[in-house]
Amino acid sequence: MSRTLTFHIFRYNPQDPASQPHLQDFSLEETANMTLFIALNRLREEQDPGLMFDFCCRAGICGSCGMVVNGRPRLACQTKTKDLPHEITLLPLPVFKLIGDLCVDTGSWFREMYTRTESWIHTNTPFDPTKEEARMDNAVAEAIYEMERCIECGCCIAACSTARMRPDFLGAAGLARIARFALDPRDERTDRDYFELIGNDFGVFGCMGLLACEDVCPKNLPLQNQLGFLRRKMGITAIKQLFRKD
Amino acid sequence: MERYHTDLLVIGAGLSGERIAVEAAEAGFDVICLSIVPARRSHSSAAQGGMQAALGNCAMGEGDCPDVHFEDTVKGSDWGCDQEVARMFVEAAPIEMRRLAHWGVPWNRVVPGKSCYFKGGELFEKYEKEEKAGLITARSFGGTAKWRTCYTSDGTGHAVMCTMDNRCAQLGIRVLDRKEAIALLHDGERALGAIVRCLRTGALEVFLARATAVCTGGFGRLYRATTNAIICDGAGAAMLLDTGRVPIGNPEAIQFHPTGIVPTDILVTEGCRGDGGTLLDVDEYRFMPDYEPAKAELASRDVVSRRMIEHMRKGKGVPSPYGEHLWLDIRHLGDAHISTKLREVDEICKHFLGIDPRASLIPVRPTQHYTMAGIRTDKTGAAYGLAGLFSAGEAACWDLHGFNRLGGNSLAETVVAGGIIGRHIVEYLQGTPAPTFPMALVEAEVARQQARIQDLISGRLGRENVFTLRGMMQDALMEGCFVFRNDAGLRACIARLQEVLERTSRLGLRSSGLGANPELAAALKLPGQVRLALCIAAAALARTESRGSHNREDYPERNDRDWLKRTLAYWDEGASLPRLAYEEATAVFELPPGDRGYGGGKIIPADPAHIAAKTRRPHSAC
Ligand SMILES: Cc1cc2nc3c(=O)[nH]c(=O)nc-3n(C[C@H](O)[C@H](O)[C@H](O)COP(=O)(O)OP(=O)(O)OC[C@H]3O[C@@H](n4cnc5c(N)ncnc54)[C@H](O)[C@@H]3O)c2cc1C
Ligand code: SF4
Ligand code: SF4
Ligand code: FES
Repeated sequence: MSRTLTFHIFRYNPQDPASQPHLQDFSLEETANMTLFIALNRLREEQDPGLMFDFCCRAGICGSCGMVVNGRPRLACQTKTKDLPHEITLLPLPVFKLIGDLCVDTGSWFREMYTRTESWIHTNTPFDPTKEEARMDNAVAEAIYEMERCIECGCCIAACSTARMRPDFLGAAGLARIARFALDPRDERTDRDYFELIGNDFGVFGCMGLLACEDVCPKNLPLQNQLGFLRRKMGITAIKQLFRKD
Repeated sequence: MERYHTDLLVIGAGLSGERIAVEAAEAGFDVICLSIVPARRSHSSAAQGGMQAALGNCAMGEGDCPDVHFEDTVKGSDWGCDQEVARMFVEAAPIEMRRLAHWGVPWNRVVPGKSCYFKGGELFEKYEKEEKAGLITARSFGGTAKWRTCYTSDGTGHAVMCTMDNRCAQLGIRVLDRKEAIALLHDGERALGAIVRCLRTGALEVFLARATAVCTGGFGRLYRATTNAIICDGAGAAMLLDTGRVPIGNPEAIQFHPTGIVPTDILVTEGCRGDGGTLLDVDEYRFMPDYEPAKAELASRDVVSRRMIEHMRKGKGVPSPYGEHLWLDIRHLGDAHISTKLREVDEICKHFLGIDPRASLIPVRPTQHYTMAGIRTDKTGAAYGLAGLFSAGEAACWDLHGFNRLGGNSLAETVVAGGIIGRHIVEYLQGTPAPTFPMALVEAEVARQQARIQDLISGRLGRENVFTLRGMMQDALMEGCFVFRNDAGLRACIARLQEVLERTSRLGLRSSGLGANPELAAALKLPGQVRLALCIAAAALARTESRGSHNREDYPERNDRDWLKRTLAYWDEGASLPRLAYEEATAVFELPPGDRGYGGGKIIPADPAHIAAKTRRPHSAC
């Protein structure tokens, strides 16, 4: 019943002058309910303690463990070996800078995205601790949360051909971030403000709409809808800009 | 070597760390936040339930106020908490929730009209008032008199973490990820910053700061079975213990949860049992009614965890490649219920076990869940022992939770304490001149850390395997210092941990140690982790009573006469056991010790004159 799994794992340590990029083979006996989290940790503890990979929550919540599993970007912690063939190829996510083996630098990419999208509420109202909170319709709160569910795993970026061609493309995660704030009544930015940020080729007009991003998103974010929403919004804003006099 | 200077160094970019950073940056100070992982991946993002604050907006929270929240918190703590801290916390919590709303948290809001809810498997109705429409609403959580837990759908921690990190980005705070602090810099009087290993390159870096805040989270990973993230490893707390000056408060106060799934110990909610789920053994026999005829699976977390272990000890556990477990059975709840009310559980089963809980049993076992234990601070968040050093969040023992924290109070603590302590840090920075950094001392500490790394790589001191020793430490705590504790078990646990500690002096790597090498990271922190584990076990052995989640089989009573006090564990250089000292649990009683009203157990009362002398304000419910 139990299978022997063969892993082909990308190895390269940029900090080791002797290291060359290559695929290394490992074999491991499969156990019940095995996930890639369990498998990779066993490989590290039992076979190669230098093997680099990232896990944090191991519960599909934090977005640390994106990697390319048999050709598809996904969260390793919620990938069960029993859903995979006995040959398993693991590669680091493309687009992001490689740190070593399966680790990539999603942190720097996303921090830069926060700055580029100005990923925060823009408001001139100061907080008044003596006042009741501003009211919000629960449906609005839920719509915002729906977009806020992004865990910044980078899978959508890794799957996106535009992002692979142009490193400055904001990607589905970046555009979804704009959509999140555009939905939020607390944010006082106008369509024109958003247009300044994403009405260009590294924003909505760079997207080719093939939707590889939505297919791989482990949180099933409605990326397709949001990209469409932004494109329409920005399209209209672009037309308005053309006729603007100032 | 890279060297950074800043006013405030915050080690940890979870909710507590970033909340402090925001407070200091708003006051105009330069702040750097460090984190092992990108900030939003911090463990705070895993908290799904919510944050307690007595806003009293929803129907089931009507009549709530800070006084009721205070009472729940003190009772929950089994009178182990600092009541002045609890008072500050409950008063500030509602304002903090509103502040978070202002910054962007999409809290769920009150929807007026009729709706239904489940309690103990039964359906009830409630009516939300029109005049409360659109205010922050709340849900129910264990151990509270009112519905008080503010939430955003099934991802409160995640949503608040996003907002806080956005706020940091807005303020231009340098939040640096893949930076792991490995030693605190101090001159014996004052904290000066930290030595940090960059987890991109492996290089050591020096961070010099006028004040340092340690917000490194809980330390569940000292145990083999824990709901905590991989990075909740205790190294931050151990780093302060290693100074010899800063004590760990109540190290024995560790909370457990009855239902983590096997193998990965991901938490499945109490709701499963609340809604009628049962626990079965290897023979698929429902055993809880034999132990707890009245409440069965609905007994408190502590009690259910203990009964599960007891039953497994009788040989009734289900063997598996990952150790023994029991079964959680929710099959009979049916598809309609599982796909709506227990959707999260359904998803966890699907993603991590590949099973359908409508048809299959769920493998579960009790697991570590929360550390009330932590770096001991005063009310302002200042750590004992060194000036310019602060701590907040799960890493700290501020001490809001005493011997048992209420669900929803810890996530709220991160932001409420972060705000309060952040303001005290601002005062400290405003009132204290910058130190002159003794560079010789800094260089010496860097050299000491570099030598440790060299020794690990060269194997000069031995070739002990870090993963083997770490496993031994985790097993020692699981066996001797878990849900059940007794004299013999704790002594055996301590002996094993001392052996592990001794062997850690001979650690050597099997890999190259170059770059972001994970074996080196593990080896650098293990000795500190084992010392921290020894603090837990030694303090548990010394405390000859049962209080909150500290359960001594040989001392089942809560002993207010002798143990209404907090443990302080210090580690003297070269020692093989911590030095234990004690202080009073609280300087002032608002709510004198009494019965919690749940959990049962006998109480040995304190001297009434002593309690009366310290009771300040007669507690009045609002
Ligand atoms: C599964 C689960 C569910 C929970 N649900 C709830 C809930 O619903 N309600 C509730 O109130 N509580 C809940 N809790 C508890 C609560 O989530 C935590 O207590 C809280 O989030 C801790 O926040 P923190 O800021 O103290 O630490 P964390 O969020 O853990 O952050 C720690 C930070 O320190 C950094 N760090 C650690 N060590 C180092 C180092 N050496 N150098 C540099 N950086 C370091 C980490 O990278 C991270 O950024 C839950 C806990 C678990 C395990
Ligand atoms: S739809 Fe746009 S963002 Fe998504 S993968 Fe295609 S190009 Fe990238
Ligand atoms: S949008 Fe989805 S795939 Fe992209 S980073 Fe967010 S969670 Fe990951
Ligand atoms: S480890 Fe957090 S999502 Fe996989």
